[in-house]
Amino acid sequence: MGNTPLRKVGIVLGAALILVWCLLPVAWIISLSFKSQESVTNGSPGFFPSEGGFAGWDNYVAAWDNEQFRRAIFNSIGISLIATVLSVIVATLAAYAIARLEFKGKKLVLSTALAIAMFPVVSLVGPLFDMWRAIGLYDTWPGLIIPYMSFTLPLAIWTLAAFFREIPWEMEQAAQVDGATSWQAFRKVIVPLAAPGVFTAAILTFFFAWNDFVFGISLTSTEAARPIPASLSFFVGSDPFNRPASLLAAGAVIATLPIIVIVLAFQRKIVAGLTSGAVKG
Amino acid sequence: MSSTTTAPAGVAKTPKSKKAGAGAASDRSVAENRLGMKLVAPALVVMLFVTAFPMLQALWLSLSNYALTAPDDRSFVGAQNYVTALSDPLFWRTMLVTVGIMVVTVFFELVIGFVFALVMHRVIFARGIIRTSILIPYGVITVVSGFAWQFAFSSTNGFVNAWLPFVEDNFNWFGEQFPALFAICVSEIWKTTPFMSLLLLAGLAQVSEDMIEAAKVDGATWWQRMWKVILPNMRAAIMVAILFRALDAFRIFDNIFVMTGGAVNTESVSFLTYRQVIEQFQIGMGSALSVLLFLSVLVIAFGIVKLFRVDLAAARQEG
Repeated sequence: MGNTPLRKVGIVLGAALILVWCLLPVAWIISLSFKSQESVTNGSPGFFPSEGGFAGWDNYVAAWDNEQFRRAIFNSIGISLIATVLSVIVATLAAYAIARLEFKGKKLVLSTALAIAMFPVVSLVGPLFDMWRAIGLYDTWPGLIIPYMSFTLPLAIWTLAAFFREIPWEMEQAAQVDGATSWQAFRKVIVPLAAPGVFTAAILTFFFAWNDFVFGISLTSTEAARPIPASLSFFVGSDPFNRPASLLAAGAVIATLPIIVIVLAFQRKIVAGLTSGAVKG
Repeated sequence: MSSTTTAPAGVAKTPKSKKAGAGAASDRSVAENRLGMKLVAPALVVMLFVTAFPMLQALWLSLSNYALTAPDDRSFVGAQNYVTALSDPLFWRTMLVTVGIMVVTVFFELVIGFVFALVMHRVIFARGIIRTSILIPYGVITVVSGFAWQFAFSSTNGFVNAWLPFVEDNFNWFGEQFPALFAICVSEIWKTTPFMSLLLLAGLAQVSEDMIEAAKVDGATWWQRMWKVILPNMRAAIMVAILFRALDAFRIFDNIFVMTGGAVNTESVSFLTYRQVIEQFQIGMGSALSVLLFLSVLVIAFGIVKLFRVDLAAARQEG
């Protein structure tokens, strides 16, 4: 077939299709967030705000003024960041060992990680709910951080192990020959080389924690620890029979913004991490 | 001289370094073994603490009649909870809904994702823009994508009814089981197809261009190249993609919670489990459902791995 015009047209059409596919629902929720609440209550079908139904930034101001909502964003940022840092530290140690050392139990760690990656999250909700209430972790930050850590570890370990295998390890040996201990060689030589991989693992971990819903609604009961996805889903507004769609849309846009910024800034690293962890890893 | 020095040096070096390695082996390997275990221990402990330990507890709890609303009535009932669950049509309905969603979404994700991957593999212009936008659905919170699609399908505020010529403008998608499941599947497919296409793209990139060229020279048509050369060589990547997406789809929960709240028979097994434990405080019954959910996932994973006859650990460990 070669590069026939037909094929070129096909690729251009395909590319356009991908863009529409990815961006249409995002454009829609942004559009909805600018519709006035009255126009939504009265029913305003259509993609863009109708004549007189444009609300400007009103919904965003209202969402941001909502105490419950602000608190949830704060919880999400704090919990996700702490879980990410802890998970990446622990995963880095493990991935280094897996990529670099021969030891008993390597297979055990890999298969445990694999099993956890497949674990149905909901099946842990019951026992964790029971356990957390017994030891006082229910409705606290650590009560979410610990499950987030264990569920992001598999992805982080694989991604990092894949990166670590590509590092020229002779440099570590050279450092050891020069008198450095294994630990020093690891810290001074390998850590700087591994930093980009660690960063990628951190982004993916953060995504998971930010996106989590099941733990967020099951292991919290108040604003003390409830993260933003859970808070959005429980947000009812003044009329319990009519969810404030445009207000929710504004909240949803605010909640998505941090992720979109990260995606735009680091798309290359994210693609590398996702595919190396799953296909090459 | 110069040509002879390089070759013997290389030959001479090999046995020497091997010998040195063997001599230090016992000492070094013991230290290495110890260090390896130490480095891996924290990860293993965290992972097991939140999964293996609670799962064992679930197994134990599932054998008792235990509801938080009446904690004093806790008693050992053996397999009673499992019998109740497995003989309840409600359980089988949620199972059917879940498997249905899994099969439909994974099928469409695979087909659409593969088309996307082919386009991304060949596209020359605007690569950055396409790669960035394909990550946006992946980054959007599932709850938010659920909301976006729920409002899009809404008969009062959405645009779907207005855009689809064969649907009446006031059609309520969430009033009946199949339309509601359709909307749920659409939101799931939208969100996760990009992930699928990225995995498939990585698989495509690993198929050697030489082989494709050779097939072309031998006169193979586009279809023949696709079925005989490209797809067989992507088997591992396709299997990993299907496996991960299928297990993910089987756990479906977020979209259903947001879009229908389980109404009009759209409950999944995950949803039923959540409702038993968190809303009705039936820890015993909920634990039995948790165990059944876990077993289903194991069966699906085993089935897919067997179906593709690929050793997953090997596929993941090798470059």
